[in-house]
Amino acid sequence: MTDHDVARLRRDFPILERRVNDRPLVYLDSAASAQAPLQVLEAVDGYRRRHHANVHRGAHTLSAEATELYEGARARVARFLGAGDPRGVVFTRNATEAINLVAHAYGRSRLNAGDEVLVTVAEHHANLVPWHLLALDRGVVVRGVPLGPDQRVDLDAMRAAIGPRTRIVATFHVSNVLGVRQALRPLADAAHAAGALFVVDGAQAAPHVPIDVLAAGVDAYAFSGHKVGGPTGIGALWMRPDVLETLPPFLGGGEMIRRVEVDRSTYADIPMRFEAGTPAIAEAVGLAAALDYLDAVGLEAIWEHDRALARRALAALRGVDGVTTYGPDGDDRGGIVPFNVDGVHPHDIASFLDAEGIAVRAGHHCAQPLMRALGVDATARASFWLYTTEAEVDAFVDAVARSRAFFAPLRAEAAT
Amino acid sequence: MSALAQMYQGAILEHARRTRHRGVLDPADARQEGINPSCGDELLLTLRLDGERVAAARYDGKGCAISQASASLMAEAIEGRSLDEVAALVAHVRAMIQGEGTHADLGELAVLEGVRRLPARVKCAALAWTTLEAALASRARGLDAPAGDPPPED
Repeated sequence: MTDHDVARLRRDFPILERRVNDRPLVYLDSAASAQAPLQVLEAVDGYRRRHHANVHRGAHTLSAEATELYEGARARVARFLGAGDPRGVVFTRNATEAINLVAHAYGRSRLNAGDEVLVTVAEHHANLVPWHLLALDRGVVVRGVPLGPDQRVDLDAMRAAIGPRTRIVATFHVSNVLGVRQALRPLADAAHAAGALFVVDGAQAAPHVPIDVLAAGVDAYAFSGHKVGGPTGIGALWMRPDVLETLPPFLGGGEMIRRVEVDRSTYADIPMRFEAGTPAIAEAVGLAAALDYLDAVGLEAIWEHDRALARRALAALRGVDGVTTYGPDGDDRGGIVPFNVDGVHPHDIASFLDAEGIAVRAGHHCAQPLMRALGVDATARASFWLYTTEAEVDAFVDAVARSRAFFAPLRAEAAT
Repeated sequence: MSALAQMYQGAILEHARRTRHRGVLDPADARQEGINPSCGDELLLTLRLDGERVAAARYDGKGCAISQASASLMAEAIEGRSLDEVAALVAHVRAMIQGEGTHADLGELAVLEGVRRLPARVKCAALAWTTLEAALASRARGLDAPAGDPPPED
């Protein structure tokens, strides 16, 4: 994308006109939550103003309209993921709930004590803790495969780790810390060769890279609406319909049933079986609008833009005395740049940047095992998206460079 | 002065790198771990008591300048004070950090008040104090019913 393209897109994001601490906002925390374009805000607002009613229930016009919009959003998600059949799409609150759904419905019905769930050490806690809960409940073993020397998933190590008891292989698509994109097909093939289910945490991939779950051989794919410019409170699980339809429910309640007696019930077909209670209808409509927006901009263009900004930021940061960046070089790395400033805790860096209107994340990024693997307690992290400009990246690098002088007293000889 | 400059003024930066109270007392009369799960900061607080008075306080752990400075300031402030005075100080400082009290009579600890203007960092400043509060609470429980002791036999 040219500067002109980005400037045009930025007009769709009114929040980017804000000032923070008397400076123009430089929002470099899209990997935590992306800003939503006007098209999404208007879709949610328009739904609430004109169409809102409960779905799948009423025999009245508004309910029919709401149902059409909600199911339209489901079909939109299926198209976004290259999934075809929308019955494989279950709306959830976010990617976290989607992975919990797989761990609960698939894990508790299919796995037994001693079976293994294989993950990488670079997973977000959302792709670790649901498996830990399954381990507590079923005696399943969760094993983490280390990253290779180039800080990417080591395919040989993964193949070697997959054994006869491996029932689930669960990995990220794009790392929320290192920004690297994982090629899914070889992992899918390795998992399937052992008869394991291949589950993908797509939370950081969905906003940045084209996805084709069928071509990639994925069995289950999770992502969050608020990271693709949609609302919070909505996310989706796509799971192969032939697998999904064999699973027991996750949550029980209205909408997910076929017939209910006082003491027992039977359950609806997929995907309704996994959507108990009134869903997040307006948010689903907003998510569909966000996916329309992403496809209109073009995910290939977004990925290229992300990569260009990451290259620019990494090259500049590496030239700053005392700054360490993490993650590999290469063409498969998107707009996520973790870094530290020598002798300064990342929270202090984040406060310094915030005082200049620059929003970054600092901490363990819900990836404590990866922090240990990198040998750090925490990092700061700048993340870019389709609305991020080169000038913003340059302002960020300049502020990081100045932060080192501001905190210089911390590096002085320890006083007693 | 900006909120940032005010927070990171001399005393905070100086205490963040100060090592006088850094370390672990072993044996200790009170030992308490504190953790801030949202950011991963960890603190180990150990106290040695002389009767009802804090004879020595040490902290160990990792965290940002604000959390480390807060722990250093705290350790310095509580040494020599009675447990009742310490409890009152904890309440006073926590209220100040959260914007509910004043810094009157707090001496050097008053520099922590600046964190009010950095709402995202209140938890960092509070960690040492919540850890101390937990240490006092578990000691109070321990005096009533020593943890780990078997129930008295009939």
